[in-house]
Amino acid sequence: MDSGTVSGIVTVVFIVVFIGIVGWAYSKGNKQRFEDAGKLPFDDDPSAQQGDKQ
Amino acid sequence: MEATTYNYKVVRQFAIMTVVWGIVGMLVGVILAAQLIWPDITFGIEWLSYGRLRPLHTNAVIFAFGGSALFAVSYYIVQRTCQVRLWAEKLAAFTFWGWTTVIVLAAITLPLGYTSTKEYAELEWPIDILITLVWVAYALVFFGTIVKRKTKHIYVSNWFFGAYILTIALLHIVNNLEIPVTLTKSYSLYSGVQDAMVQWWYGHNAVGFFLTTAFLGMMYYFVPKQAGRPIYSYRLSVVHFWSLNFIYMWAGPHHLQYTALPDWAQSLGMVFSLMLLAPSWGGMMNGIMTLSGAWHKLRTDPILKFLVTALSFYGMSTFEGPMMSIKTVNALSHYTEWTIGHVHSGALGWVAMITIGSMYYLIPRLFGREQMYSTRLIEWHFWWSTIGVVLYIASMWIAGVAQGLMWRAANADGTLTYSFAQVLNTMYPFYGIRLAGGALFFSGMLLMAYNVWKTVRMGRVVNDAPIPQAVHA
Repeated sequence: MDSGTVSGIVTVVFIVVFIGIVGWAYSKGNKQRFEDAGKLPFDDDPSAQQGDKQ
Repeated sequence: MEATTYNYKVVRQFAIMTVVWGIVGMLVGVILAAQLIWPDITFGIEWLSYGRLRPLHTNAVIFAFGGSALFAVSYYIVQRTCQVRLWAEKLAAFTFWGWTTVIVLAAITLPLGYTSTKEYAELEWPIDILITLVWVAYALVFFGTIVKRKTKHIYVSNWFFGAYILTIALLHIVNNLEIPVTLTKSYSLYSGVQDAMVQWWYGHNAVGFFLTTAFLGMMYYFVPKQAGRPIYSYRLSVVHFWSLNFIYMWAGPHHLQYTALPDWAQSLGMVFSLMLLAPSWGGMMNGIMTLSGAWHKLRTDPILKFLVTALSFYGMSTFEGPMMSIKTVNALSHYTEWTIGHVHSGALGWVAMITIGSMYYLIPRLFGREQMYSTRLIEWHFWWSTIGVVLYIASMWIAGVAQGLMWRAANADGTLTYSFAQVLNTMYPFYGIRLAGGALFFSGMLLMAYNVWKTVRMGRVVNDAPIPQAVHA
């Protein structure tokens, strides 16, 4: 296999992996899970619902 | 018995040392900038010569200032977002004393001239071994805490910290494989172009994973906290994480354009560097958009100003970097002051400013106070830093482009138009502006030290920040 073929295969694999990650991150099934995770910094401070007042 | 409080002691130790090492490291930088104008300013004392102080400056600002900040925030964030006390606290204490010992040893050995000569990895083999031990302890504490977490999810900051801890372990060990000859001298296992490639695989990923990935972990926690709203898009942060880490690993060869490195490797480095623009800007947008609906806070809150300006510099330097990796641009920019300007746009604009903003959030909370002693001083610090960075990078851009153009200028018969000394002469005004900018940034750190000192004096040490008992499902 010449280096051009290897480059081609590697490029395709990388693109498929990337599309897979984007698909996984934005899939409907994961929406709630990521929204919950995004709120984690605010779950530690029950006194400050709006985060920290400055 | 289950712990009911967080461990703030180790966080506090690292946070205070961040300010101390920031001042030390930046002071050395200011001395170096002055030496470039007045070479005899340190009276010809060999310990203070440029070649000895330069690695001291880079090690102090990256590993002492940046490193201490990262230990502090990662220990703080991992506890607060996992809602558990640190795992293996004795090991955590060891990381503080071990890391501080490494820094002190660096401050002694580098001026004495002990060096392995590898850039950003100059420390000799016994210190390398100590770094490895500290780092393994760090990994155990960090991942141990994640394992025993009470929350369901692992917050994105912790993903960034985890990637940084693993990658730095790998980079440090591979790049520092060396054969000791005496206690203070070793030789690298690699030679020639392989040595150069390993070195810049390390060097660039030190930028990528130490100075970018880890500080993004800081950004993903403190920007939402200070803005009072969750990150703009958590899903984007997931894509940001994977694509950034994946691409960064391959960008190192751009430091070796037009060298003996095979052409395909040079091009590979360039292409991956260009691709880095996408995740970098995705992350920057994500941080800045977190403020949407809260833009008014920027007017009154200097901490938020620090954080958002840091993100702007992050965006700027991650645009500049890929451009400079393009071979034709690199032919002009490499080995010139432009590179120094680029590095400091990242190091002062992004790394230092995100750290300073985060420390102003963190330090009062570690000492039982609502906020810093003086918000007005933070505002002053913000403007001094911003003006300082702008002076620094603008002067280095002009100097660098002029330098590159003058070096390549040729007469009709093929001889060089300018001698090296002529080019150097052109640099002096810009070196002066750079010194002024650097000194201003450094002075801002003194304001910070005073503000921190007053905050600590008025506060009380917090060892009992309670862990919420009603765990969010």
